[in-house]
Amino acid sequence: MDANATTPLLPEVLDAMRPFWMEAFGNASSIHQQGQHARAAIDRARESVARLLNCRAAELVFTSGGTESDNLALFGVLAPGDHLITSGIEHHAVLHAAQALAERGVHVTFLPATPHGVVEVAALEAALRPNTKLVSVMLANNETGAIQPVRELAQVAHAAGALFHTDAIQAAGKLPLDVQALGCDLLSISGHKMFAPQGVGALFVRRNVRLRPLFFGGNHERGRRPGTENVAAIVGLGKAAELAISWLAGSPANDAARCDSAKIQPHVAGAGQPAGAQALAALRNRLEQGILAQVPEAGVNAAAAPRVANTSNLFFDHLEAEALVIALDLKGLAVSGGSACQSGATEPSHVLTAMGLSVARARASVRLSLSRLTTDSEVACALDLVPAAVAQLRRLSPSWNKAMAVHA
Amino acid sequence: MSIAAQPETIAVAMSGGVDSSAVAALLRAQGHPLVGLTLQLWNQRRLAGREGMPETVAGRCCSIDDVYDARRVAEHLGIPYYLVNQEARFESEVVRPFVDEYLAGRTPVPCTLCNNHLKFDALLTTARQIGAERIATGHYARNRFDAARGRWILSRPEDKSKDQTYFLFGLTQAQLARTLFPLGEMQKPTVRRMAADAGLALAEKPDSQEICFIPGGSYAAFLAAYLDEQGQPLPDSSGELVATTGEVLGRHDGIHSFTVGQRKGLGGSLAVAPNSGPKYVLAIHPDSHRVTVGSDDQLLARDLRANRLNWIAVARLAGEMRVQVKIRHRHEPAWATLAPEGDDCVRARFDQPQRAITPGQAAVFYKDDEIVGGGWIV
Repeated sequence: MDANATTPLLPEVLDAMRPFWMEAFGNASSIHQQGQHARAAIDRARESVARLLNCRAAELVFTSGGTESDNLALFGVLAPGDHLITSGIEHHAVLHAAQALAERGVHVTFLPATPHGVVEVAALEAALRPNTKLVSVMLANNETGAIQPVRELAQVAHAAGALFHTDAIQAAGKLPLDVQALGCDLLSISGHKMFAPQGVGALFVRRNVRLRPLFFGGNHERGRRPGTENVAAIVGLGKAAELAISWLAGSPANDAARCDSAKIQPHVAGAGQPAGAQALAALRNRLEQGILAQVPEAGVNAAAAPRVANTSNLFFDHLEAEALVIALDLKGLAVSGGSACQSGATEPSHVLTAMGLSVARARASVRLSLSRLTTDSEVACALDLVPAAVAQLRRLSPSWNKAMAVHA
Repeated sequence: MSIAAQPETIAVAMSGGVDSSAVAALLRAQGHPLVGLTLQLWNQRRLAGREGMPETVAGRCCSIDDVYDARRVAEHLGIPYYLVNQEARFESEVVRPFVDEYLAGRTPVPCTLCNNHLKFDALLTTARQIGAERIATGHYARNRFDAARGRWILSRPEDKSKDQTYFLFGLTQAQLARTLFPLGEMQKPTVRRMAADAGLALAEKPDSQEICFIPGGSYAAFLAAYLDEQGQPLPDSSGELVATTGEVLGRHDGIHSFTVGQRKGLGGSLAVAPNSGPKYVLAIHPDSHRVTVGSDDQLLARDLRANRLNWIAVARLAGEMRVQVKIRHRHEPAWATLAPEGDDCVRARFDQPQRAITPGQAAVFYKDDEIVGGGWIV
């Protein structure tokens, strides 16, 4: 239950990729037939991803993954003296890129988040400066699933003459994405969060945005990302995009079971929450409610925010998430404390502390993230394992025993 | 060493060294379900590159290389493996006290601080939380339950040259009851052979000798780099070098540069040598910043006092007791008579005067091969 860390390939994705390593291998830049075949496969994949995002194929740059997409967006647009506004709840791919830019003379402002894990439009309005070149706020947070008001933030940024980037890595394949409705100029996605392989991603770059490359070499990706294309992986991302479109399209939404909040609507191209996401949210909600019904002194982080359908961030006071993650892993349930990219870190989750959680509660929080492959029986299994593991950990937790003594 | 017939999950503390890796291989061969744990205690890159500190550090505890080695061993043996982060606690319970002790003119033993306050407690807590009731470590020591006395007994290992009991005097009965020292009956060469036989690539890896968070072994450089990182000036503890008579012989730059018994680095500070013969640090006075120096024979003393005691073979010290006392890692235990002195303090009177009894070091009391208990020299 750690789909926000990574997802497996779907069988259709593997099947689509399979020919491109041995039978139909080719360098897409070659003139000959083999090369042309590879080029055609990349073009088709680009069109599939363009349909997922509702953009032109020419507006997409394939990259090595989400981190590169985020770095390309920030480094590609900003120069010393420019002002960047981002938020304190971004993934490190944006946060650390912003810090690196700050060392190179870019002025950086980090927006706060509400206790519900949402970046507010008013905060952006207050932070804008005449030289603000770029605003970068993620679409769905990787730890809490909280959906940010990207459309409104983009409008405010544009009104001030700034470009807008969103890291949509945890939203792609979970929410309908429409770069026209969102109004963003740059948008990052990653393959392995949406059933494509690790090592491939894409950056949407609106046609009129000038972007400097991170690398130099050939003229691949219109010079914006030199380097021989990873054909098989790009084909996989294309196939995964097609599958996401059909999963999201599903059947019309049922208002009564709409995922978290009508507040999601501004981001959604279609009318209601799509059927696939609806069922996923129902499963996630059953998991959350089932755990909380059995475990005292626990709760959901960012519960009041609109959330992407698959993510649940739970706190269990008086324990260390690190030990809970290990205990559950030994029982066969994979979850994570914070994000996978931070495991082994000393500091508690920067996302949760930016929301105002105490260090102790941030350290006592774990993320369960489902996917469209998660089954009822897996949720039932988690409903058995998590409460038992929490009880076992608390039995050996000095702070829990102290708290219980006070209650007694 | 006896292990219950019923297979129970054991957590192996894995440092990435030969000893703990061999423990994992041994227990695996005995059929125990295992979980490998490494405590991440210190970020070796943290002070790297500051003045006096090496740029990069390899082959030290908690270095990326050691975690890599531990992970590869676990993978090779097919056991689950996890890194448990205890950096915050290590800093507050080991590094900070180490720094404070040093600044106060004492010479602390960080490995014992770590064992007493962190390592065994953290490992056991984590182990039990994840379903392992006992831990195993690569320490060279032996423990067993003595039904007659109703106590867990810690004793010196078969390989006396690798004896680590001096660093383990703070283990509680509850900790001893849940800890396995599978190497206690073995000689080091056997352990290396066992590691090689198990196919572990690190069987010939050299032993680590240094304190894990002080690469290069320079305490003074570490102290300066750490305080610099904390934005804390090195307190001015410069003062006078005096003879036992009170006569001022010169000045020094700070008491933290001295350890009782030290000779090296002292000569230049002395303006004049009033009498011939090399000079040694006899005592450090944290209040007046005075450092008393004198001749080698003036380092000899018959008595020590120790507090913050832990008893292992006995519940408490009822009256006088004949023991052998070890006052530093490389000290040959010497006969003494132990006597209680108040609530949490003992006095040891040595049969023969001992050289350089150093405040801040541990005094560990032995009866034959058993560890009776120990405390901190004041």
